[in-house]
Amino acid sequence: MNKFTKPITFFLAIVAPLLIVTLVLRQPAPDNSLLDRVRAEHPERHKSAVDHSKFEVLQKDFTNPHEITAACLSCHTGRGEELMHSAHFNWEREAFIPGRGVTYLGKKNLINNFCTGVQSNEGSCMKCHAGYGWSDTTFDFKNPYNIDCLVCHDNTGTYKKASGGSGYPVMGHNGPDFKAITASVGFPKSENCGTCHFEGGGGNNVKHGDLELALLTAGRDVDVHMGVDGMNMECVDCHTADNHVMKGRYYGVSSTNTQRLHCEDCHTSVPHTESILNEHSIKVACQTCHIPVYAKVNATKMYWDWSTATRKKDGKGYETLDKDGNVVYTSIKGDFVWEKFVKPEYLWFNGTADHHLITDKVDTTLTFIRLNTMNGEYSDRNSKIVPVKVHRGKQPYDTHNLTLIQAKLWDSEPGKGALWVDLDWEKSLEEGMKYVNLPYSGHYDFIDTRMYLPVNHMVSPKTEVVTCRECHTRTNGRLAGLTDFYMPGRDRNRFVDIAGQLMLLLSFLGAASHAALRYHAARKRNTTANH
Amino acid sequence: MTKYKKAYVYKGFERFWHWNQALLIFILAFTGFEIHSSYTFLGFANAVKVHNLAAWGLIILIVFAIFWHFTTGEWKQYIPTTKNLKAQAEFYLFGIFRNAPHPTKKTVISKLNPLQRLVYLGLKILFIPVMVVSGLLYMFYRYPQGNNIEIINIGNLEVIAIVHTAGAFILLSFVLVHLYLITTGHTLTSNLKAMITGWEELEEEVAEEEKKPAFPGKGEKEQG
Ligand code: HEM
Repeated sequence: MNKFTKPITFFLAIVAPLLIVTLVLRQPAPDNSLLDRVRAEHPERHKSAVDHSKFEVLQKDFTNPHEITAACLSCHTGRGEELMHSAHFNWEREAFIPGRGVTYLGKKNLINNFCTGVQSNEGSCMKCHAGYGWSDTTFDFKNPYNIDCLVCHDNTGTYKKASGGSGYPVMGHNGPDFKAITASVGFPKSENCGTCHFEGGGGNNVKHGDLELALLTAGRDVDVHMGVDGMNMECVDCHTADNHVMKGRYYGVSSTNTQRLHCEDCHTSVPHTESILNEHSIKVACQTCHIPVYAKVNATKMYWDWSTATRKKDGKGYETLDKDGNVVYTSIKGDFVWEKFVKPEYLWFNGTADHHLITDKVDTTLTFIRLNTMNGEYSDRNSKIVPVKVHRGKQPYDTHNLTLIQAKLWDSEPGKGALWVDLDWEKSLEEGMKYVNLPYSGHYDFIDTRMYLPVNHMVSPKTEVVTCRECHTRTNGRLAGLTDFYMPGRDRNRFVDIAGQLMLLLSFLGAASHAALRYHAARKRNTTANH
Repeated sequence: MTKYKKAYVYKGFERFWHWNQALLIFILAFTGFEIHSSYTFLGFANAVKVHNLAAWGLIILIVFAIFWHFTTGEWKQYIPTTKNLKAQAEFYLFGIFRNAPHPTKKTVISKLNPLQRLVYLGLKILFIPVMVVSGLLYMFYRYPQGNNIEIINIGNLEVIAIVHTAGAFILLSFVLVHLYLITTGHTLTSNLKAMITGWEELEEEVAEEEKKPAFPGKGEKEQG
């Protein structure tokens, strides 16, 4: 009886409080009310309060797209102003960049390592401009009738901008039925956003790797948000807009920590039941663990080597495809490397970025030029680890003036110096630089460049999340490249480890030899005692 | 020949505390070095979970042990002394091989030899606190989390982690040697038995002393 009272008392005194304390210390269940609300509201798609087919101003056989815009703006007063202040129309943003001051940068004037830049190529590039007629520097950004409303608000899926048409749609008998389109305009669908954002870089999934056509049809395994067998969300469900200014930034062209879209906006900053995972979110962006791979359906371009462009076979340009049908060489663009199921690389990022401007000097002693620099480091409390696609390129630069070069790639007719038409680098570079009004020495070579594209889409189901050991491991972990902090399981102090192991070894050997000596001495004593 | 008499050396709580501490430190070391990437056994996530749970267990146990040491006066067992220190060291280095007698008599009021006193005191006031404090800082180096409110914000984990790892090696070395020293009682297993049952055969004249109260007003009832 007495024998049992003690263990029971000790259980009550020690184990029970231990249990209670661990239960108390457990994080409370996360507050999912916001997410639940989004879920509840989500199935009810926005229904227009009005029927556009009833409006007289739209009962016209439009022959000029500017007239359509004028018809829209005749009711939606002020919306034109809004759009004329948006990056979708201006392709530049006002930003303060430390070291540069106030800048006006964007797709309009930045250099990238895909098609190098839009300047001198507007006729083709402006297929993705939310406007009509941007074919050269004379485009009027102050004219609201130059806005293209339909590219975003067409809900029929039939509106198409013409190739090489400076942003104008296909018109005439090949063109779509504008009456049907204007009768059913509405919130942008993912298809609308996708016509430009899926095809950046000149084809499906070329640029981003996590934004592509397959998102429209794929399941949750590809993207938990947009999966057709799941929430089936539209782009604008997250990328909400205030006065036509969308949330969400792409740091290939943006520079400031504003107007960003965060997972936390819906999921809160403590979405896990385990506090140790919530703790990670102080330094690790959600995307880092929840997007283990991107380009899950179609391949994306990882490397673009312009230096091999202009090769000819039998006096003509040619193309080479890989077995999946991806172009791996084309005379007009050079060599490409495509990859599928790509593991992102990782960076510290605080939401601000800098860009290599076409007027900036190229430092040829570096192994590569960063076209955009995503700022951040461990010691910066606003920085988090984010996944990025790194696009590596080799592109032309001026070996005398030491600047990157804007190449002229496109023209509607031969003999104007467009590389894609004439396959002549010299002329292309000359014309491109002439267009941007910058000096060109006539001497060029190719230089390695990198762009850093944050990966935010193709969030995987939680069963496929990055596991602890993929980062917390001694060698070849996902975060092996980020060396400015101590990470358990990856890092150690070599001295402590070696000294510690030595100490353990000596302790063991000491005990073992002591034991052996004792054993030996005892045997000796026994034998002498027995004789 | 010396006569031996059974004495109740390790009280119930003391044994409970000792074995739980042993178990917890074993678990902590085992999972800790898995977190340290020395090997893979439970998997990183599980190792972390178990390590954190065991850490809380150890902390609670330590709180109770501190209470016990002070309320029973047992803390006095750990007051260091230089008396016999050299003799004790010499015993482990030489005497033990000649089957020489233990230089320090074990009694209920003084059950630790001077070397044990030193080492255990070091554990109690230095090594275990260092592990607990560095471990807690490891857990809460940024606290609370989220919403940008931070009461504790230690920029770099590295120092904490190095201290914690170094302490772990030291503790583990102690455990190794400690395990071996179990066998150095007056028989190979007498120390082990004592820590399990509480009873140990102590030298006769010492056992006499035990009848006197260890500390005035305390420790008498436990004998039954
Ligand atoms: C109450 C005491 C202790 C606390 C609060 C504690 C807490 C922690 C924490 C929070 C970590 C970081 C990993 C994680 O997030 O779980 C850790 C790592 C570790 N712990 Fe403990 N621990 C304690 C005791 C011990 C003991 C007694 C040992 C070994 C004898 C030990 C060995 C280790 C080792 C080797 C690591 C890995 C360190 C590294 O590689 O950075 N810990 N501990």
